Amino acid sequence: MSDTATSEHSEPEAAEHHDDGGHEEGHAHPSDWAYVKIAVVLAAITALEVFTYFETVLDWGVALVPSLIFMMVVKFYLVATWFMHLRFDNKLFGRMFTAGLVLAVGVYLVTLTVFEFWV
Amino acid sequence: MSAEAVTADLGHAADEHGHDEHATTTGLSHTKLAMWVFLGSECLLFGGLISTYLLYKTRGNGRTLPTDVFDIPFTSVSSFVLLMSSLTMVLALSAVSRGEAEAGRTWLLATALLGGVFIGGQVYEFTAFVREGVAFTTNPASSAFFTLTGFHGVHVSLGIVMLMSLFVASLKGRLTQRNAETVEIVGLYWHFVDIVWIFIFTVIYLIPAD
Repeated sequence: MSDTATSEHSEPEAAEHHDDGGHEEGHAHPSDWAYVKIAVVLAAITALEVFTYFETVLDWGVALVPSLIFMMVVKFYLVATWFMHLRFDNKLFGRMFTAGLVLAVGVYLVTLTVFEFWV
Repeated sequence: MSAEAVTADLGHAADEHGHDEHATTTGLSHTKLAMWVFLGSECLLFGGLISTYLLYKTRGNGRTLPTDVFDIPFTSVSSFVLLMSSLTMVLALSAVSRGEAEAGRTWLLATALLGGVFIGGQVYEFTAFVREGVAFTTNPASSAFFTLTGFHGVHVSLGIVMLMSLFVASLKGRLTQRNAETVEIVGLYWHFVDIVWIFIFTVIYLIPAD
């Protein structure tokens, strides 16, 4: 690795997003400290998720399911964009993954509605 | 430049990160692209398994449902362990990319150990469920539950095998800055397994069944 790349890793904050449009070479990765901060956020969200289980502490009511889904999506997004580097890598990688994800969610939502409403 | 020199230049270029890659028509690593396509297809596999469970989760045939025996505090700890293994994985990649072999090895081993703790927890959970009367063939709900979480467990186990392979390669001095992309690709697989569990933990365990 070049000195340039090494210095990117030693920076205290995340490196800037490098959108090269077509080449992955030269993309900047976040610093270790940035990864730790993301992990702390993920741990905090997980703690909040588990907190919802104990209804005696706080009754979430109708907000429970939307809140849990929102927290799940945020965790999913943080892992995919930061730990899997989709935020910094070439967009084609993200598109390949998103294509499979959207197809899966779409197909199975249709399947679930078939069983729930059409039968 | 001679034709041979051009071929050599195109065929074996090292980028500024030290990745020693073959030049491709897209300028992207085909191995990495293939892993992303594979992960996209894995979404379909787990989507099918999760949907099946959601359809069958209340079909108990008069017997105990998996949701009746869930131990949320225990599963929460397992989920936290797997989540933190994503941090150690990304730190392993970071260390290997910087050429810090020993730190890379340590983080790889930590990731594999955390994965092992998760699998141990899953084995304990399955054993406890069976003791409480929820086995694979008890009812459609339990079959769907064990199939889904079992498939995920197999994925984690395969990830541990890959991590230990990298650890051994590193011990033998075969895992250097030049092939950091191998660690990155195993890392993508590992993070995906974590992402799937994030989904399973919320949809299967935390969202109430009724």
